[in-house]
Amino acid sequence: MAINYLNPLFEVVRNPDRCIKCRVCERQCANEVHHYDPDLDRMVADETSCVDCQRCVTLCPTRALKIRPNENQFRENGNWSQQIMDEVYKQAGSGGVLLSAMGNPREYPVYWDKILLNASQVTNPPIDPLREPMETKTFLGKKDQSIHYDENGKAVYEKNPYLELDVPIMFSAMSFGSISKNAHETLARAAQELGTYYNTGEGGLHKDFYKYGANTICQVASGRFGVFKEYLDTGAAIEIKMGQGAKPGIGGHLPGMKINEEISKTRMIPKGTDAISPAPHHDIYSIEDLRQLVLSLKEATNWEKPVIVKIAAVHNVAAIASGIARSGADIIAIDGYRGGTGAAPTRIRDNVGIPIELALASVDQRLRDEGIRNNISVVVGGSVRCSADVVKAVALGADAVYIATAALLAMGCHLCRSCNTGKCNWGIATQRADLVKRLNPDIAYKRLVNLVHAWDHEIKEMMGGMGINSIESLRGNRLMLRGIGLTQKELDILGIMHAGE
Amino acid sequence: MLKKEGETRIPAGCAISGFINRSGRRTNGSVIVNSIACMHDRSNGLGGGYAGYGIYPEYKDQYAFHVFYDSNEARIKTEAFIDRHFDVINLSRIPTRKHPNITDEPLIWRYFVNPLPTKLQESQLDERTYVARCVIKINDKIDGAYVFSSGKNMGVFKAVGYPEDVGEFYRLDEYDGWAWTVHGRYPTNTPGWWGGAHPFALLDYTIVHNGEISSYDANRRFIEMFGYKCNLLTDTEVITYIIDYLNRRLGMPLEDVAKVIAAPFWSEIDSGRFSPEEVEKLRHFRNVYSSLLITGPFSIILGFNNGIMALNDRLKLRSMVAAEKGDTVYVSSEECSIRTMSPDVDRIWSPRGGEPIIVTLDK
Ligand code: SF4
Ligand code: SF4
Repeated sequence: MAINYLNPLFEVVRNPDRCIKCRVCERQCANEVHHYDPDLDRMVADETSCVDCQRCVTLCPTRALKIRPNENQFRENGNWSQQIMDEVYKQAGSGGVLLSAMGNPREYPVYWDKILLNASQVTNPPIDPLREPMETKTFLGKKDQSIHYDENGKAVYEKNPYLELDVPIMFSAMSFGSISKNAHETLARAAQELGTYYNTGEGGLHKDFYKYGANTICQVASGRFGVFKEYLDTGAAIEIKMGQGAKPGIGGHLPGMKINEEISKTRMIPKGTDAISPAPHHDIYSIEDLRQLVLSLKEATNWEKPVIVKIAAVHNVAAIASGIARSGADIIAIDGYRGGTGAAPTRIRDNVGIPIELALASVDQRLRDEGIRNNISVVVGGSVRCSADVVKAVALGADAVYIATAALLAMGCHLCRSCNTGKCNWGIATQRADLVKRLNPDIAYKRLVNLVHAWDHEIKEMMGGMGINSIESLRGNRLMLRGIGLTQKELDILGIMHAGE
Repeated sequence: MLKKEGETRIPAGCAISGFINRSGRRTNGSVIVNSIACMHDRSNGLGGGYAGYGIYPEYKDQYAFHVFYDSNEARIKTEAFIDRHFDVINLSRIPTRKHPNITDEPLIWRYFVNPLPTKLQESQLDERTYVARCVIKINDKIDGAYVFSSGKNMGVFKAVGYPEDVGEFYRLDEYDGWAWTVHGRYPTNTPGWWGGAHPFALLDYTIVHNGEISSYDANRRFIEMFGYKCNLLTDTEVITYIIDYLNRRLGMPLEDVAKVIAAPFWSEIDSGRFSPEEVEKLRHFRNVYSSLLITGPFSIILGFNNGIMALNDRLKLRSMVAAEKGDTVYVSSEECSIRTMSPDVDRIWSPRGGEPIIVTLDK
């Protein structure tokens, strides 16, 4: 037998004094790490397939379990880290491309954490959100400012299609297929209750969820799965997916084993076939082609729905955004290199794209320099982790943010980053019926609503501290931001001053 | 070294006051000087200024440029620019009176000009946009020159000092106007640059403002898309540009301008107080003009070619009182200053936040 060069990444630590051999962990673990050994009369673990999803730890009734990083160590090397060596072993064994899930975990700078917010003192009063109105309602879409007045002095103006958000936070694209039906239901119901939107991703829309259409953004991606007239008509907006932060320049691949009856119907492809989204849209090879697709989708939906174009944050994102702002699209969504994914080639995820903070700052500035910021709303995601990130994003110039990883966390995801295996123990990134039913939408949607309400409350507190009582006065208000520990170049790109200046 | 206005943003508290006579009767400038003197404690001697309307009847069809120069070179450069773009009907130094509390004065000049027709045609702009662009250009491009007043039949007079001293310095008792506004400044720090005093003016729009707006950079970065340059980094400057943009360039009446910059809260819009048609309009305004909403405390008095508008922020975080006596309407930070101008007014009230008082000349 060939030698397995791979060491388990984790170690299962079980406290024998606490374990009552109830075998919950055994039943809960889809990776089959735990089992009961009758000869020994105790629970044992095979750690090779443990992904540290924390399901067993969370459900163990006696708190007998701990998952820790495996302490076994290769000889230390500043250049050849254990992870890189492991990857070499893996590829030498498989001959394949390395796959990963969720966002880029590497220790690149997180600019959100290097930006500080302002607050009012003396010259300008802070405002208490518990006593005064504090507004976070946001409109997305083109803002045509021309107006005229008829002979009776009545204002005459044109209205462009728009999205109306009660909070400046939406749930970004996650397809039915990459996540479970229960996860989709959770997103849809939370969006409805919150007065915001969720996004179908590229997998079409399940018939059961048409009733949430008013809070749904219908995505059109390169594979065009599940795209037909009724689908487009059902949503509140249409999103053309040109790219994704986790894998810019790469398409998608949902393996046939995940294409069950329901997904096959929703995606409109035969059961068991691989669903492959090509890297480019084969009808879009340039900006003028994009314009045609934007306009065709508008035409198909009677010019009533705003069209979003989603791109990954790449080096020349500002120029691309400027093109999109002139393409007829109403909203641009930019996804940073830390954005999540159900599966992506590891090398792409970890090495392609740029931070959303820098992309946002340069896009917003570029659109203003060109005088076309009004043509389009800017939505950013990948990754927005908390309400302070939202406030900083809006102050840098975003109209709203997309969150996905945080939304999954609210449902129970523990960021084990193994969505690609299809064995999500939390019932999120899986289609296995026994796992899917672990996610109860009735409970999960309330947790998601709680999360966004909590953030909204915090956003209002921070705005009030700055003396701002409406989110629109925060938008692009970079004077409210200061950098900490950043170089002049970084400050220039972000368009902010350093703390103390 | 302390940075001057425009190099850094300087927060300030203030006093403002103003009045208008509806029938166009002109009142001597000394009246407005007295009104601000009684609010002495709201200023700290680091800036004061006035705007008078109807003060140049003999040149009422020319644009009156008031300019500060740091040096004669700046003046020569600016005059060359003015000569290239305008027909100068009259020029002189603005008459002043030496005052012990007013020092370090720049050169202060006044020009009555008409746009050169050929240049105007070449520019393909309407006349007022042409003039506004020229003024913005001088202020942005010529070092040491600053046009601080550029309207017709009106003028701004401002300096570093207490406003009552500034009034004496400029000999305002020699001018009569149908409307006057005044500003006394309480900046937290400033090396004292004359251009930084208020009112701020563009064409015949002038703004005196008390407050510190928290939406400043959101407003600035937005309005700069439309050819404005916020060189002074002051609230007044950006508010003036916003009003110029909405009122002059988009043609929005001032009632609606107020609904944009001090938009009603959503709770009010949805309260059933407004007609469905009005709700529709307010929603549209809050959507498309969202970046022009002004938050944070402010009370302003806007002067324009045939009237004034007074407006408070929507939470009314700054004091402002209004009063009426016959055909004159007064507005001020404090009632006492109104009483100095008119001891027994017919009516005195405190306008609600976000509700503009707009008074125009009777036709
Ligand atoms: S869940 Fe906990 S108590 Fe039950 S068998 Fe597993 S480790 Fe033991
Ligand atoms: S969704 Fe599930 S599989 Fe994916 S990271 Fe979260 S817990 Fe792990």
